[in-house]
Amino acid sequence: MISIWFFIGISLAVNGALILAAGIYQLVNPPVNPGVVLFHLHANVWWGAVLLVSGLIYCFKFAPGQQS
Amino acid sequence: MTPPLATAAPTRLVHLAPVDVVIVVFYFALVLSIGWYLKGRANTGEDFFMAGREMTAWVAGLSFLSANLGALELMGWAGSAYQYGILATHWYWVGAIPAMLFLALVMMPFYYISRTHSVPGYLKLRFGEPSRALSAVSFAFMTVLMSGVNMFAMAKVMQIVLGWDINFSIWVSSLTVAIYVALGGLRSAIFNEVLQFFLIWAGALLIPILGLYEAGGWTNLKLQIAQRASEQYVHLWSGLGSFTTNPMGIHWTGIVFGLGAIISMGYWTTDFLVVQRILAAKDIRSAEIAPIIGAGFKMMVPFIVILPGLLGLAVLPEKLVPESVAAVTGGHSYNDVLPLMLARYCGPGLLGLGVTALIAGFMSGMAGNVSAFTTVWTYDIYRPFINSQGSDHHYVNMGRWTTIIGVLISVGTAYLVMQFASIMDYVQALFSFFIAPLFGTVVLGMLWRRATGPGGFWGLLGGTLSSISMWTWVKIDPSALRYVALSPHAKGLAQDMYQALWSFIVCVVVTVVVSLATKPIPDSQLTGLVYGLTDVPSVGNVPLYQKPLFWAAVVTVVFFVLNIIFW
Repeated sequence: MISIWFFIGISLAVNGALILAAGIYQLVNPPVNPGVVLFHLHANVWWGAVLLVSGLIYCFKFAPGQQS
Repeated sequence: MTPPLATAAPTRLVHLAPVDVVIVVFYFALVLSIGWYLKGRANTGEDFFMAGREMTAWVAGLSFLSANLGALELMGWAGSAYQYGILATHWYWVGAIPAMLFLALVMMPFYYISRTHSVPGYLKLRFGEPSRALSAVSFAFMTVLMSGVNMFAMAKVMQIVLGWDINFSIWVSSLTVAIYVALGGLRSAIFNEVLQFFLIWAGALLIPILGLYEAGGWTNLKLQIAQRASEQYVHLWSGLGSFTTNPMGIHWTGIVFGLGAIISMGYWTTDFLVVQRILAAKDIRSAEIAPIIGAGFKMMVPFIVILPGLLGLAVLPEKLVPESVAAVTGGHSYNDVLPLMLARYCGPGLLGLGVTALIAGFMSGMAGNVSAFTTVWTYDIYRPFINSQGSDHHYVNMGRWTTIIGVLISVGTAYLVMQFASIMDYVQALFSFFIAPLFGTVVLGMLWRRATGPGGFWGLLGGTLSSISMWTWVKIDPSALRYVALSPHAKGLAQDMYQALWSFIVCVVVTVVVSLATKPIPDSQLTGLVYGLTDVPSVGNVPLYQKPLFWAAVVTVVFFVLNIIFW
């Protein structure tokens, strides 16, 4: 049976990748009006990266076949 | 345990970018995939209704917490934090932690070793059929109604926050829940609740982090709140010596005895919606550790719920107002504070994750209601009173159909609320009527061997009726609040606290009096159900750090330290 933690990993990794990609796009093409405060911190870049790495760790650690 | 979250003016708070929509759609696809994957593992009654009783302590514990961590809970308490300050944290600390530890160490062994399927099922074993019938019917009825009320409230929130059509929100979310619970049963609900737990933290954690950065840290935040509101907004206990020295108009006795000793005990130890998750644990140690894990994380929830409300007080340029005022002026209400903070800090992608967290919170709360309703209907109403001869397969099919029918009743309730908004207040009040007396009945049943069947039944009924009477009295004559809540300065939440306290006392007194006047139950029939007549199984020969008592002690120490820090 596939572990619940594998599903968690998929969710975090996919969301993290999408957020990171959106953040990098905004980093390369800064909007004239960002619409959020603290835009200069580029939270979607580092938060997306954190989610992506966490998700990948879960995916590999709890991948189907590695669980009894 | 959710504050009233009415919604009013149809304004749109945030706009989703394409990447946000992709994240929301991905969430729906994932939960349906999980339900589809688990459908082959829900063929027996134990699988469908109890998730095979094979959940680890972590899965059961996070699911236990998640079932309570709904979207309305998040938005409602963030709004309460804006309105009342840090006092709202009491509902997460003194209003939860002692009860969760009490469940783990005192009550869980009895639930677990009795092998009951539900809380009404325990009442049947301990007090007989009448108590079970009263508890099961009231729980089943109220659960689907509450689910419908929450469904409407969430659809309304989605309309305000995102501009989504109410019908679209109701039908898409309810059909998704119906599909994945009907397919995978409780296991599917639990898996999705754990997923929701992670999504909520991933989606909401940035708000306090960025908010504290903007405010200049906790010390500066307190100064700004003191300037814009009051110094009492950042103190947990120091203003509770009088009804008039805190924003909530409540006395510490209401918080400690009403909330901490009765309401939270009733909710966390007898509301089958949350207890069902622990009953699915794989062994007694997991069943005891799971609520302790839940308690550990529950203590941290104010960081993503209460702190954003406090940050809103400090950094939002506009002043938020009550719902009634917002409806007239077109401004934003207290309950909008979390979406406003989300929109303030979260750009494309992050916004989608935050919105997904809200949707996930709503759907898992609904799945929790539906799966609990399905179990109680099938095991505590249908099987004992309608068809006791069915096969296991028959009851599983009944469970699947009940899931769909339960969702449809909830949808019907949602549309009823849409037509008659005042129903929402009545349903939320009705649910609270049963919590405190039920706790009195269950805890007396577990701890006092002399309690009899008639005592349990009349105590439960008497406590419930007293709660309804007090609520009706205040509804007809609002000035009666000074008697129910002991002060003319008391506000709505204070009424809930004292109403629960009195109804619990009525339940206990009636149970004791009737029990002493009726024939005792022989000890031989109480084995495995009552303290003193039950050999509670050991958690095994495990190291100290794996013992429930050790972690309960750790959580207790952190609990006291946090309360002292924010005194």
